[in-house]
Amino acid sequence: MPGNVKVVERPRAESSYVRAAAKGMSITMRHLLSPNKKTQQYPDEKWELAPRTRGTHRMAVHEDGRAKCVACGLCPTVCPVNCIKLVPAEDENGERYAAIYEIDEFRCIFCGYCQEVCPVEAIHLGVHYENAEYSRERWVYDLERLVEQEHDVTALWDPQDPASQ
Amino acid sequence: MNPVAGGAFALATVGKVVLFFTVLMLAVMLATIFERKVCGFMQDRSGPNRVGPWGLLQVIADGIKNLLKEETMPEQAVRPFFLLAPVLAILPATILFAVIPFASPLPTPWGLVEMIVADVPIGFLYVLAIGSIGVYGVAMGGWASGSKYSLLGGLRGSAQMVSYEVALALSLVPLILLTGDVRAPEIVSMQQTFTAGPATYATWFVFPLLVGLFFFFVSGLAETNRLPFDLPEAEAELITGYHTEYSAMKFSMFMIGEFAHVITVAALVTVFFLGGWDIPFWQGDNIRVLSDGTVIGEPTWWKTLLTLGAFGLKTSLLVLVFVWIRWTLPRFRYDQLMDLGWKFMLEAVTVYILVIAFVILGIEAVGIPAGGWYAFVLFLVNLALAGALFFAMDRGTLIRGGAKGARSAGGDAAQGQGG
Ligand code: SF4
Ligand code: SF4
Repeated sequence: MPGNVKVVERPRAESSYVRAAAKGMSITMRHLLSPNKKTQQYPDEKWELAPRTRGTHRMAVHEDGRAKCVACGLCPTVCPVNCIKLVPAEDENGERYAAIYEIDEFRCIFCGYCQEVCPVEAIHLGVHYENAEYSRERWVYDLERLVEQEHDVTALWDPQDPASQ
Repeated sequence: MNPVAGGAFALATVGKVVLFFTVLMLAVMLATIFERKVCGFMQDRSGPNRVGPWGLLQVIADGIKNLLKEETMPEQAVRPFFLLAPVLAILPATILFAVIPFASPLPTPWGLVEMIVADVPIGFLYVLAIGSIGVYGVAMGGWASGSKYSLLGGLRGSAQMVSYEVALALSLVPLILLTGDVRAPEIVSMQQTFTAGPATYATWFVFPLLVGLFFFFVSGLAETNRLPFDLPEAEAELITGYHTEYSAMKFSMFMIGEFAHVITVAALVTVFFLGGWDIPFWQGDNIRVLSDGTVIGEPTWWKTLLTLGAFGLKTSLLVLVFVWIRWTLPRFRYDQLMDLGWKFMLEAVTVYILVIAFVILGIEAVGIPAGGWYAFVLFLVNLALAGALFFAMDRGTLIRGGAKGARSAGGDAAQGQGG
């Protein structure tokens, strides 16, 4: 062995294979016998999600069922990945509404800016994660679909700690 | 009651073959689910539990999946050998079972049926011979796949299995020294307490041959290619080695072969060292068929069932030990594996054979007859040897660089191999 290689002498108890193996075996046996299993039976038992979980969107509605969106154009502007499509229109009372409002949930990064920026608290992210679909097209949520969603909406800040301190 | 003969014998044998093959395949299925459950528990998971009660039907789901999957055929593969390899992997492990007695003889109206498929006079020499065929499946699968990874896996597998076969065969020599017979049923009855007939040792051979059991178990583990000896597979380096290119049912056949091998080794350990189908502390199951056809003891059908249960229980416990080891110990490095096989096991087994031979010679010179005391003396010798073995292995270090001059000090044979 060349002279400049540092040789570390380890005590037998640390470097013995047999003892290390025996210790390992005792650890696995302990876990085998322990009744404390960590598996969560997912579809039967679900996580309790935090109120600020950011999942797929939901549109808030007026009492008469119309979407609250006033087609101000702020959310498509702020969206970092440009996944909101908005075509504004005006009804006979001169009120603006979204003629087309689509969010591509596949492109969305769930940053939450759209919810934050919305002046009328119309678009919300949701506390929701079970979104399997059979086709990509189904991932583009139109206004109707956004209105239909029923899950809880995301809280933008913790009510107990609004300034995040 | 005499043992069956003639046509009844042939019929009984065919029946046993069919029954036994079915039971073995069922046991393999159960072993796969058992392993997955146990490893789940060891990792604080609950294992498969969706299909059927406790996930027991998972194996059937997996089987259907494997049958329906696409069979791939690599362009570079050598077709005949590529197709033959899985068969060769499964075959030795299953036909090994032929010489294993799994219950006490069953009385039938046509005579006494011994619960062993083929009671060949060469006994466990057959086991050693067939066991070495297992290497063909691995080597052939690796070579015929036409893939470098597979070839490396196959090469590793053949080198490893050939190496450990030596230790495996030698570890059984003390057994021959003690019993003077190689027939498995004879070995089982020698571990029972008989008052009539030829002398027996009245105790399971795990006591008088404790160290031999250790050697047999370790080499058996290496023969099955399972962790910590799964270098032919080595997911991390070789992408599961010799069966990289196999898919669907051909792949499952390798897996079935592996599990059948595990069960076979467990059954062999049971027969050789844990009394076979013997139920401890109970004289009722002392049934022995001598080679001239005389039967000692009273065979009944419920004794057959009971002893079958005892055999199954012992074998399953050993399978549990296999699984336990697999999910605990990391894989050896290849040079460590070879060092352990050639530089440690081989020497240690040889020394062990010599010591046991001289001790037996001494015991016989003193004039102790075969029986409990004979076994006790051997047990004491084995305890001392086990202590020495532990000391030798303890000196093998985990990390080779850890001890000064480990490479150059040639005399320190146990250095850096681990056990
Ligand atoms: S959450 Fe972010 S990325 Fe998603 S739609 Fe809103 S602004 Fe766009
Ligand atoms: S910010 Fe709110 S109101 Fe404005 S377009 Fe988006 S959803 Fe509609």
